[in-house]
Amino acid sequence: MKWFDYQAPRNIGEAVEAMTLHPTARPLAGGTDLLVQMRAGRRTPDLIVDIKKIPELNQLHFEPGLGLTLGAAVPCYRIYNDSAVSRAYPSLAEVANIIGGTQIQGRASIGGNLCNAAPSADSIPLLIALGATARITGPSGERTIDVAAFCTAPGVNVLQPGEILVSIQIPPTAGGARYLRFIPRNEMDIAVAGAGVSVTLSNGNIQSAKIALASVAPTPITVDASSLSGAPVNDDTLKKAGELAAAAAKPITDMRGTADYRRHLCAVLTRRALASAIAAAKESK
Amino acid sequence: MSTQYNVIGTRPIRHDGADKVTGRALYGADIQLNGLLHGAILRSPHAHARIKRIDTSKAEALPGVKAVATAADFPAAGDKIVDLGEGATPLSYIRGNVLAQGKVLYRGHAIAGVAATSAHIAEEAASLIEVEYEVLPCTLTAPDAMKDGAPILHEDLHMQEFGKKTDKVNNVADHFRFSIGDAEKGFEEADLIIEREFHTSTVHQGYIEPHNATVLWNNDGRVQVWTSTQGSFVVRDTTACILDLPVAQVKVTPMEIGGGFGGKIPVYLEPVAAVLSKKSGRPVKIVMTRKDVFEASGPTPGSYIRAKIGAKRDGTFTAAQAYLAYEAGAYPGAMVGPGAMCIFAAYDIKNVTVDGYDVVVNKPSTAAYRAPGATNAAFAAESVVDEIAEKLGIDPVDIRLKNAAKEGTQRVDGPKYRRVGCVEVLQAIKASEHYNAPLGGPNRGRGIGIGFWFNVGLPSSCTISVNADGSVNLVEGSTDIGGTRTSIAMQAAEVLGIPAEQVHPSVVDTDSIGFTAVTGGSRTTFATGWAAIEAARDIVRQMKERAAKLWETEPAEVNFENGVFSKNGKSMPFAELASKIGETGGPIVGRGAVNPRGVGGSFAGAIADVEVDPETGKTQVVRFTSIQDVGKAIHPAYVEGQMQGGSVQGIGWGLNEEYYMDTTGTMRNSSLLDYRMPTALDLPMIETIIVEVPNPGHPFGVRGVGEANIVPPPAALANAIHQAAGVRLRTLPMKPSTIMEAVWAK
Repeated sequence: MKWFDYQAPRNIGEAVEAMTLHPTARPLAGGTDLLVQMRAGRRTPDLIVDIKKIPELNQLHFEPGLGLTLGAAVPCYRIYNDSAVSRAYPSLAEVANIIGGTQIQGRASIGGNLCNAAPSADSIPLLIALGATARITGPSGERTIDVAAFCTAPGVNVLQPGEILVSIQIPPTAGGARYLRFIPRNEMDIAVAGAGVSVTLSNGNIQSAKIALASVAPTPITVDASSLSGAPVNDDTLKKAGELAAAAAKPITDMRGTADYRRHLCAVLTRRALASAIAAAKESK
Repeated sequence: MSTQYNVIGTRPIRHDGADKVTGRALYGADIQLNGLLHGAILRSPHAHARIKRIDTSKAEALPGVKAVATAADFPAAGDKIVDLGEGATPLSYIRGNVLAQGKVLYRGHAIAGVAATSAHIAEEAASLIEVEYEVLPCTLTAPDAMKDGAPILHEDLHMQEFGKKTDKVNNVADHFRFSIGDAEKGFEEADLIIEREFHTSTVHQGYIEPHNATVLWNNDGRVQVWTSTQGSFVVRDTTACILDLPVAQVKVTPMEIGGGFGGKIPVYLEPVAAVLSKKSGRPVKIVMTRKDVFEASGPTPGSYIRAKIGAKRDGTFTAAQAYLAYEAGAYPGAMVGPGAMCIFAAYDIKNVTVDGYDVVVNKPSTAAYRAPGATNAAFAAESVVDEIAEKLGIDPVDIRLKNAAKEGTQRVDGPKYRRVGCVEVLQAIKASEHYNAPLGGPNRGRGIGIGFWFNVGLPSSCTISVNADGSVNLVEGSTDIGGTRTSIAMQAAEVLGIPAEQVHPSVVDTDSIGFTAVTGGSRTTFATGWAAIEAARDIVRQMKERAAKLWETEPAEVNFENGVFSKNGKSMPFAELASKIGETGGPIVGRGAVNPRGVGGSFAGAIADVEVDPETGKTQVVRFTSIQDVGKAIHPAYVEGQMQGGSVQGIGWGLNEEYYMDTTGTMRNSSLLDYRMPTALDLPMIETIIVEVPNPGHPFGVRGVGEANIVPPPAALANAIHQAAGVRLRTLPMKPSTIMEAVWAK
């Protein structure tokens, strides 16, 4: 590891200024990806901007009707320890509980998981399925984009020099959601494939469904699930959802699995996640 | 025979327990010395290349760098054959693996070392060393490396065949054959013959503590080494050999060791740190990263095996044959010999032929791993046995019992067993609650497997001195990787008739104890335990002299039983007599120095229950029992720990662990995240059944217990998966995608 400077700004303005002055600077929340990458020589920032001391980035605020504001630096454990958030978004609480182990969850943030832009990021497919948006601030002001459009390549996101992610906004949900991943071990593993699904029901039929996948393309991807709208809740529909996911996946063969196997997993996981989301939607009524 | 023991068979708290659980124990990387420099190693990015030129000038010029070392800094001693604990090996191979000479033979092969005032500077300096390579094509598996036209690793390595050097240069270091009876005739007598092919991946021992070494080349010419190792004397002798020094000029202090499993026998860093220390005049510490551990220490061989067994309709095995090609990695020594000895070792078969091939490939030089070679072999043999049982409609335990090895059975490599516990292990499986329990759900299967591993003797030393308070200090040279401080202290305590807590064991440096061979081969409780017994007996003999002096009689007239000296109604417990050693003649020191025969090999079995997700191919181990003949369990809790540890490693080997290599010879999963050893969340509590068939060759009946338990698990899992998912997997690991692909192909 090479030398680097460290700065811990107290407000967004200072953070943006530091990030603007140092084009190779990296923001640090939990550091659970960044420090590993620096040790491995994959990133060599000359400045680390610790964003944990900025109030807006530590916000965790749920308001029925408005949704959830999830600050970019909020560590995972705060999500599943917050009863209001866990009740409103049980699928999010579950995802916060499967990223890394307990110690990692004390530091790692969903915002960091998003910014790290790994194809295998566990939180991103669920955020996409939940219709989440990313609030970004930078030298030229603030902007908001869909999480679905946030990642552009492995390890690369839409943030421009000087920009930081402030928070993730998740709209209120009327249905159910679930993220399922496949890992050969039971915990502490990287998804071979993952599927995030949300669904709303109407008169026993699917009103709308959203599906997103992890680990089967250079970025987490959104599956066009519009053809499921209006479909009855039955095994055929679940199967069809799986087929849509498998068709949308563009996996590669690597040490985590073969392309064919990953495509197959997309179908299985999507079907199972949708069934689980439907059950949750029914329960929440 | 039932022997009453006071200490043996009890479960005292381990002597090093407090230090270990409070974090006070000092491991290799904990050592701090004044003026300490930090080292880094430059490693090859290529799996096979000729080194055309090394330019270290930029590294040397970097501020903070104090020394740079390459193979050119090693003394130019001529090549010779040395035996440093793992069999006879040319010194050039050992030295060449420490720092590459002329060629790099695997990705991660060490090329140069740097010492600097900080680890970061050392790392940066290493990256400034310029190496010009002529990249060569690589060969990564035994079958590929044996093909005509395969890239040749060692142009001067002529195949040895049936004990004779040939003029063939084909990456095969050795082709040998073991044979008893007449296999061809045996197969003619069979009603059913099954022959299958198996592939197993390279796997790593996965010890949590990375390799490390700290060396001070002192001004008086003595070289001091602090390291975590399974054999301090091996480190001493290897380091001395490479540096061309008399052995006694090197002193090795073994630090606590965070796991070894055979992988911490070879020397990697010590000679480099020594040269860097000599050049800089300061102590130098080098610690491997996890990536280095995977890429540049010694995993266990991947293998290609063909196994064939013939059986009569009643299940009697008439003949067996096997072909084993093991990947040695960069230098010869693939442990295929033990694999060949063990593949059919659990069975009494009269007609057996086994061919073994020791094949060099462009992967790290392999090292021992818990029963090295036997797990691969048992996976093959036990899968075939299971298939025969299935085809003949015989219970898998019954067919094994029918053919089980027993006293007098001749193994394919010649020796006949003394009293062994193979039958008793199988009977314990059959009688177990687990084997008779319902499976408890769909998609589940149960499989068993059995296996054998040796026990070696080799030299061990021990001294014991008596304290006036009735306790004793025990000094030994066996580094403690599995609770051996306690299992050795308990044997001394049993002889002395005192509680285990009254023995204070210390593992000391190579200047402070007689030669002691490695902690390996399941030998430590057996052999160093024996040295402790001898030392304790020496104490008893001297104490009898003191009692005789007090009671004005002859030593031969003094009785000693259960810790009490007595003669004609007079008696004195050990502690009381110990308090009088000053007045009866001064200090008492007992010594034990042994090289024992009488080793007792161990049979182990496993019962595995699995549930396979039919849609994802993921295997969940729902229940697992390890069964082992341990001779006599000195400390049953540590014996159970060994059985559980070996089982867990065997499960990892069976299900997910592998060196995932790309075609350039780069390991793509060289981190604990992607290497996928099982965690506590992936395993049920491993149940244990200790079987005790005492080894007639040891005073307390001890057999080696550390290794045989890893042999059966992959086979037992394969047999269980067959029942659960309907597919026979003949490739390790049996990862989810492999299972699904087999299901699809059905």
